[in-house]
Amino acid sequence: MIARRLIGGIGCTLLPLALAMPASSWAGDQQGDKQVEVLNWWTSGSEAQALGVLKSDLAEQGIGWKNMPVAGGAGTNAMAVLRSRVTSGNPPTAAQVLGFDARDWAQRGALTYLDDVAQSQSWGEVFPAAIKNFAQHEGHWIGAPFEVHSTNWVWANKSLMDELGIEQPESWDDFIASMQKAQEAGYLGLAYGGQPWQDATVFENVVLATGGADFYRQAFIELDESALNSDTMVQAFDRMRELLQYKDDNSPGRDWNLATAMVINGKALYQIMGDWAKGEFINGDLQPGQDFMCFRTPGTQEAVTFNSDLMIMFQTDNEQQRELQSTMARAIASPEFQIAFSQAKGSVPARMDLAADQLDACAAKGYQQVKAAADHNTLMGSMAHGYAAQASVKNAVFDIVSSFVNSSMPSDTAAEQLAMAVQGAQS
Amino acid sequence: MPNSPSPQGGGARARMQRWLPKLVLSPSFVLILFFVYGFILWTTYISFSNSGMLPDYSWAGLRQWSRLWNSWTWGIALHNIWIFGLLYIVSCIVLGLLLAILLDQRIRAEGALRTIYLYPMALSFIVTGTAWQWFLNPGLGLEKTMHELGWQSFSFNWLIDSGMAIYTIVIAAVWQATGFIMAMFLAGLRGIDGEMIKAAQIDGAPAWKIYLRIIIPQLRPVFLSAVVVLAHLAIKSFDLIVAMTGGGPGNSTAVPATFMYSYAFSRNEMGIAAASAVFMLAVIAALIIPYLYSELRESRS
Repeated sequence: MIARRLIGGIGCTLLPLALAMPASSWAGDQQGDKQVEVLNWWTSGSEAQALGVLKSDLAEQGIGWKNMPVAGGAGTNAMAVLRSRVTSGNPPTAAQVLGFDARDWAQRGALTYLDDVAQSQSWGEVFPAAIKNFAQHEGHWIGAPFEVHSTNWVWANKSLMDELGIEQPESWDDFIASMQKAQEAGYLGLAYGGQPWQDATVFENVVLATGGADFYRQAFIELDESALNSDTMVQAFDRMRELLQYKDDNSPGRDWNLATAMVINGKALYQIMGDWAKGEFINGDLQPGQDFMCFRTPGTQEAVTFNSDLMIMFQTDNEQQRELQSTMARAIASPEFQIAFSQAKGSVPARMDLAADQLDACAAKGYQQVKAAADHNTLMGSMAHGYAAQASVKNAVFDIVSSFVNSSMPSDTAAEQLAMAVQGAQS
Repeated sequence: MPNSPSPQGGGARARMQRWLPKLVLSPSFVLILFFVYGFILWTTYISFSNSGMLPDYSWAGLRQWSRLWNSWTWGIALHNIWIFGLLYIVSCIVLGLLLAILLDQRIRAEGALRTIYLYPMALSFIVTGTAWQWFLNPGLGLEKTMHELGWQSFSFNWLIDSGMAIYTIVIAAVWQATGFIMAMFLAGLRGIDGEMIKAAQIDGAPAWKIYLRIIIPQLRPVFLSAVVVLAHLAIKSFDLIVAMTGGGPGNSTAVPATFMYSYAFSRNEMGIAAASAVFMLAVIAALIIPYLYSELRESRS
């Protein structure tokens, strides 16, 4: 009895790996009917609403939509399902992916090239180089970009700022001084969610503010060891420690939207978070500029760290499916969709040639900044969201930053460990 | 000739009796062979390959293994499983034995009490983890309640303290498994020959001495089973940690199982994940195989 239980136990332990083995197919018959099957993890309110825009776009062209949402794990679960589907030779029509995943799939020859659509809509001119870097592989277009999310935003409670007489800070020192002021008045300076990806999101802001765009690129995109373990990085860790004084003790494990709620409820002055946080304010019927403020993290005004969702299409022998894939790619890249999608999701369009007048105040400002950053080559991938380096490196950075946040690790040790961990993840 | 089966028929029936059990068992045998042992072999091979996001069957030698042992989180995970495993096994056995001895005093409502203690085992680890997470969260549970009741200086923030968080997991895990270990010991106690205890009582031995010298030594097989059951529960512990701390704060509560999941699914490092899985299997095997061996030898003799 015990033996059998033990064998079962071992089986359970290995089960997650077994999942990656060729699994039986569960997709319905795709042949014949005009229907696309789309794997995604957009299940929350604003995300589902944004996806609905695409769905109704396609419905107008008589194309059915077979949604295949895999919730949870910030896409980890969806990617596990995608791997088993592709490995078993039964990929979906298209899938939502992030970061380097599109290139990884392209390297395996699994993707349909979208060059014809790209040519007809001149993707090469309308999408910025930073996005192309992820949506192209060996000169071929492999994904249709949905939007640009940027991660160097501060969200502030306007009435608290007025009450304390705080002006929008323009420098790092002003930023710290304003949080000090809030703390002295009995408020929290910084609403903080203590999860590894959030620790890293805040930290990449600090690195960008401390070392500037060139340093950020050298450290997080080129993964230069001399930058990772440098005095500037030590200074960034020092600043991170300084920033952490203004969070509450109860932050470990807190979800980002609960931290946003602390700003909305007037418990905390600021939150450093990507532009998806705006949705929480909008849902609370708050107006940008009047009830809440959005501004680039002080010291990072000249640059934008971004992430961006891509729709990739899987190779198929079915002529009709290929046709549908082109139609879907064309729909995603169309100006109307780019605006409508970003309005629902809180992002800005991935195309750089659109007018901002239909976007809300924060998004309009953000869109101008993204365009300017794209022109000045300071639109850079976010480390915390997998757009600066591969998943293994990203998680190695999470390990160190999160350990730093949750312990009293000295800054120079942290910089040293960071360089070692990044090197280890690449070996 | 109703009562004398023909020699041929008897042969067929005997053959049937010989083959039927094998025939009935063979589907499950084949399934286990493939889905358990087959995948063990597959995983072992993957740990020597270059697999990243997807399985890649090119041979990489010990590359993944050396990366595993150089990994910062793996060190933490091993350290944690050592602390967690040791405290979990020892606390469960001590508390379980104590409860079993107390329940064995022919008290009233024993059945009801036994059920109460056993119930936590019926919960899934996710439920236990979530409930304990609420209870131990300083902003939601115990600490907040104490503050509201007026005990302002009360502080219990282990859950969010990276040095202490692993101990909160021990608390929750012990809470869950103690009742089950108690039941095992209770069954063991009921199986002990009463004559010997009576003889000791007649000789005037005090109760604690009877337990220490006569009863507990006779529970040796129960101890062994308890250790084996708890040890493999400890090594494969995953859901409790995911529900309570998500491996945090930082990586302070990472254990080999959460390490493996993270490397296989969010870090695209299937090779390292496979190496860690094989390592966990080897540790469990080192515990189980001697145990099974001794069990089988005993039952044969």
